Amino acid sequence: MNEMSNPGFRLLPEQASNWAASVDGLFFLLIAVTVFFAGLISAMNIYFGIKYRESKNPKPTQVHGSTPLEIFWSVVPLAISLVIFGWGADIFFRMNDAPANALDIYTTGKQWMWKIQHPEGKREINELHIPIGQPIKITMTSEDTIHSFFIPDFRVKMDVLPGRYTSIWFEATKPGKYRLYCTEYCGTKHSEMIGWVYAMEPDDYDRWVAGNVSGMTLAEAGQKMFQSLGCETCHNKASGARGPDLAGRFGRAEMLQTGRTVVMDEDYVRESILNPAAKIVAGYQPLMPTFQGQISEENLMRIIAYIKSIGTADEALNEGGAQ
Amino acid sequence: MSTTVVDPGQVLDRPGPKPGEKPNFLNIRHGLAAWLLTLDHKRIGILYLISITFFFFLGGAMAVGIRLELATPQGDMFQAETYNKLFTMHGIIMIFFFLVPSIPAVLGNFLIPIMIGARDVAFPRLNLLSWYVYSVGGLFTIASMIRGGVDTGWTFYTPYSITYANGYVLLTGLGIFITGFSSILTGLNFLVTIHKMRAPGLTWFRLPLFIWAHYATALIMILGTPVIAITVLLVAIERAFRIGIFDPALGGDPVLFQHLFWFYSHPAVYIMILPAMGVMSELVTAFTRKRIFGYHFIAFSSIAIAVLGFLVWGHHMFVTSQSVYAGMVFSILSFLVAIPSAVKAFNWTATLYKGSISYSAPMIYAFGFIGLFIIGGLTGLFLSTLGTDVHLHDTYFVVAHFHFIMVGGAIMGYLGGLHYWWPKITGRMYSEGWARFSALVIFVGFYLAFFPQFVLGYLGMPRRYHVYPEEFQVLNVLSSAGASILGAGYLIPMVYFVVSLYKGKRAGDNPWGATGLEWKTQSPPLHENFTQTPIITEEPYDYEDFNALEAKRVQPHH
Repeated sequence: MNEMSNPGFRLLPEQASNWAASVDGLFFLLIAVTVFFAGLISAMNIYFGIKYRESKNPKPTQVHGSTPLEIFWSVVPLAISLVIFGWGADIFFRMNDAPANALDIYTTGKQWMWKIQHPEGKREINELHIPIGQPIKITMTSEDTIHSFFIPDFRVKMDVLPGRYTSIWFEATKPGKYRLYCTEYCGTKHSEMIGWVYAMEPDDYDRWVAGNVSGMTLAEAGQKMFQSLGCETCHNKASGARGPDLAGRFGRAEMLQTGRTVVMDEDYVRESILNPAAKIVAGYQPLMPTFQGQISEENLMRIIAYIKSIGTADEALNEGGAQ
Repeated sequence: MSTTVVDPGQVLDRPGPKPGEKPNFLNIRHGLAAWLLTLDHKRIGILYLISITFFFFLGGAMAVGIRLELATPQGDMFQAETYNKLFTMHGIIMIFFFLVPSIPAVLGNFLIPIMIGARDVAFPRLNLLSWYVYSVGGLFTIASMIRGGVDTGWTFYTPYSITYANGYVLLTGLGIFITGFSSILTGLNFLVTIHKMRAPGLTWFRLPLFIWAHYATALIMILGTPVIAITVLLVAIERAFRIGIFDPALGGDPVLFQHLFWFYSHPAVYIMILPAMGVMSELVTAFTRKRIFGYHFIAFSSIAIAVLGFLVWGHHMFVTSQSVYAGMVFSILSFLVAIPSAVKAFNWTATLYKGSISYSAPMIYAFGFIGLFIIGGLTGLFLSTLGTDVHLHDTYFVVAHFHFIMVGGAIMGYLGGLHYWWPKITGRMYSEGWARFSALVIFVGFYLAFFPQFVLGYLGMPRRYHVYPEEFQVLNVLSSAGASILGAGYLIPMVYFVVSLYKGKRAGDNPWGATGLEWKTQSPPLHENFTQTPIITEEPYDYEDFNALEAKRVQPHH
């Protein structure tokens, strides 16, 4: 693996992800706009300031204003703004729409460290190993206060909140070692909540991830939790089971007792485990006990990985189509 | 703090004006009680001047600590917790106790009644009360500081401030809560005064743009400040009674806090910058000897900024799990609020066209304002753009941007205004040479201190970092060097202003030969402002009668 190129003085961060080039392109457009307008106004101030200085122009000529000019210098900046807005919104929209085939990596932030779990079961702290050339989706939550997950060389950042999941996705394009920061002030050692991202060739990543000490994938570990917590007693395939069977449900819209629908995503699963009475699926009784305080954020993520592994809505749909 | 001895009551021990001395608001009554119980808007303005100068240098001392620590990547000057408390208190003091009150409470208080030909503000007792409320809030904040301060950042984000903070969240919050009321009272007073107390003939479009800017500011103060008061109260309730509002562990929503906080704190930026824009319009006209270009557009752009400013708070939360669509709406509205600011900058520039421009110290500050405000404003676009804000959010780019606006813009405007009206307030001229020199030092120091932070931000250096990676050191050293120059630049005016009180040349009524009612009364003004109520028959900035005004002008360099 390449060590990070000499961390000496530089003016721009490295371009190491799929986002870097387009974010930089927009950044350079903004710089051009800034240089143009700041240059224009400064040049006019300097030119008028010299030309009409008191000693050259002792008697001023009164001018009241000009509506066409006012319209001109409102509309032109507005038009430029709209172009920048559109470009920025486009990038942002794509940043918030992770591809379905992304590699799911789970991150838990706590004062003051990053805990990371790979689908194959490997865990690490303040280090994130990823393969290049593949979309990576990081699903994150916090055990305490708000943190923010930031990899400047990838141009991605997302707040990490307690009590809910947030996510970002990116595709590393260049093998190397990149800095990872916490960018939401989180207390005394906020500036030490940092780490390294190792972007690796896919083969290297496979080798790295194969050195899994526990021998279980994240989903297998989740299945074990699922069994040991007794979830299966109710959530099973038997007809008349007290809870809905969870296979093939992930990503599907569920009708609730209240008549509303909710998409079964990571947040809904988490809420249903910690606060089961909040959103009961139609046709079921609110019998499930809460697991608040009995299950760590990391174990929650394992269970979610398991539930995802027993089929997602897309797969269920495909199976339905094949029959 | 002995740095704040701006002592306008230099004659405290003498009763009444000396024989042969013209009576004015300063010499009409003496003694501490005459100051502490005064209902005169001019004296209240001076009380505010002394208080905010104290807080400015207190907050500045903390900035010195911050920049010293950041000169090296390691944490070798302060412990992490101390550093965090330093930047927290720096922000709280500079924003709530200096920037928000600065121009409105000092120059606005002093000038609004005079500019509209009134004897005083509508509610003089309320005006004095607002200074006491401000001071009490300040005392609570200082008390919390003396006991060890607080480490939440000035933003008090939950759940950190609820559950994890070190220090005195409630005490500091109480200080902010109380001080907010002084802002509300001042805003209320200004609105009523501007509506009800204008001299005969002073129609809305004959008002100086300084008044329009303060009108817009007062709107924000009244509508926005209660929201921060409520927010602080909710934090207090949650902390004290563990009622779940913001902390998810108690069943609350941490992002709700951010919505409420920024609903005030983004418009608060316009509380800081709008009055400075008002000052700019006065300076540019006086020193080009010209009407303002596009009066109506500048006046309405202030109102547009005040209104649109309430609709953009969500641009602080693009990466906070806010919905993508909400992000898009807040992004486009943020671009819209940039347009009225651009309109102002273009109009000031156009005012120079065919003017007769002189370079007295206030005008140097005005040019400094333009030079810093454009960069501050345009870099705001980088942060309203969704795609770039994801990368820049909570980095030093943001720190640089808001210092360009709030320190570069607002303080340049404040100092420009202070230099412009100092002869009116005190009746004395300061050293012109030193004043120009300090404006230059501040400008250069400012650029050196904050421009490198834009680069640091794009490189990815997060804000509020006590220690940082080595590769950022060069730019941080540049920034700290600039900050030292900037600090020196701010100290110089303290010296020559104080000296001018004792040794300054008499200013005369209208040393700049400017239009405006404040220049038609004596310097310092009478207690009653005018001997008889003025009747206004002309537009503002009427420099047509150029020769008559020119005759009044004092040439300080002869």
